[in-house]
Amino acid sequence: MATVSVCQYQPRGFSFENCKRNALLEADSTKFGFNAPAARKTGTTICGIVFKDGVVLGADTRATEGMVVADKNCSKIHYISPNIYCCGAGTAADTEMTTQIISSNLELHSLTTSRLPRVATANRMLKQMLFRYQGYIGAALVLGGVDCTGPHLYSIYPHGSTDKLPYVTMGSGSLAAMAVFEDRFKPDMEEEEAKSLVRDAIAAGIFNDLGSGSNIDLCVITKGKVDYLRPHDVANNKGVRTGSYRYKRGTTGVLTKTVTPLNLEVVEESIQTMDTS
Amino acid sequence: MAATAAALQFSAQVSSLNNYNDLYPDWTQREVSTGTTIMAVEFDGGVVMGADSRTTTGAYIANRVTDKLTPIHDRIFCCRSGSAADTQAIADAVTYQLGFHSIELDEAPLVQTAASLFRDMCYRYREELMAGIIVAGWDQRRGGQVYTVPVGGMLTRQPVSVGGSGSSYIYGYVDSNYRPGMNKEECLKFTAGALTLAMERDGSSGGVVRMAIITEKGVERRVILGNQLPQFSTV
Repeated sequence: MATVSVCQYQPRGFSFENCKRNALLEADSTKFGFNAPAARKTGTTICGIVFKDGVVLGADTRATEGMVVADKNCSKIHYISPNIYCCGAGTAADTEMTTQIISSNLELHSLTTSRLPRVATANRMLKQMLFRYQGYIGAALVLGGVDCTGPHLYSIYPHGSTDKLPYVTMGSGSLAAMAVFEDRFKPDMEEEEAKSLVRDAIAAGIFNDLGSGSNIDLCVITKGKVDYLRPHDVANNKGVRTGSYRYKRGTTGVLTKTVTPLNLEVVEESIQTMDTS
Repeated sequence: MAATAAALQFSAQVSSLNNYNDLYPDWTQREVSTGTTIMAVEFDGGVVMGADSRTTTGAYIANRVTDKLTPIHDRIFCCRSGSAADTQAIADAVTYQLGFHSIELDEAPLVQTAASLFRDMCYRYREELMAGIIVAGWDQRRGGQVYTVPVGGMLTRQPVSVGGSGSSYIYGYVDSNYRPGMNKEECLKFTAGALTLAMERDGSSGGVVRMAIITEKGVERRVILGNQLPQFSTV
């Protein structure tokens, strides 16, 4: 009789109704020693440069949850379109979802206009979305790509401001990476020189910033070609154990041995075919 | 009583949630702001606009070569100060609105119209925004004009206007050195001098001096690099 109407008013944006309750719950739960899980952040060093034929994007691969490394080899260079990629720093979920949403919208836009998307379009879409959420989406991005007007590189901040520059760094390791760039960047570099510079900048972040670590991923975008080098450089090799900690059978003497067979009854047996298509 | 106690507890929780974390330095959590010194001067036949080039996140300079003089229309520019995200978003919105209006009118828009659009947005959303904008340009009806829309959304026309955190240091210089009826070259020297002095004293302003000269003929952009700035004292 009283059916729910589909045209019910859908409130837009975030709902902050439960914030007060959550804060009180969180405070109460610590009394029992239970800590709510922290949002996973990509501590991160990400950077990009414009070189003679295109752009080079670089990123480390460590994702942290508080002071613990949650993922030793996560991928921070996200696909936006065949000619545009985006590195993400900040809250991992936010960077992942934001880049996927814009990638999806940009594909529809590209099909509508019958054109390869431009980096400026991706920049506009990202900044307008992030501004709409007033900084609550913690995504700091380095957007780079090559389109019909040439190679372009943007840095996008969580509140929605953007800068168009020849070289940018973001994330907790950005100061270390920027130091390398300010020392050695030159306009119109060759591809190998550009890759080496980005690799060194990310390495500076990995070795000097606690929030960045593991490997170096690179993405080289030129007109008509994308080289997604993952990993480009394994900067941190897992150590090799110097000794064997296995004990031979018989090291510990056996005093007594008792065997108790467990009589289990088959109550129900069902077969479920696996969908392997 | 219980409600107020719960409310107090909630605000204490919120402040502890923004814990200082050694892993992520302060500036990764700060909003990007154009610390800034911006300025615009009218002369007979056009306007001269100037700005520094520093954008900061806390103590880190996020962009040392920012262009804070943003084109809104062919002969109308704006100088942006305050939150980078807010001013970029406002400028994009006003550029769209003015472009649409200009097509409807089938003629070049007035500087006052552009300034009005800025004022409407800055006043309507004054609680949510942090933006201090100077709108300047040339139009057929009134020639060169400078309008200032400070934080809060006031709109007023002034022959010379300064804004941003660095403006506090140069009110004396501007008030004593401005004379009505200066020509273009004098205005350029006046603007460059004022911006240099502000950049020298204000930590949030620096980099290069970017200028734009807007006249009936069009827009001329200039950059004065650090080592070419006018010298005031050798101390």
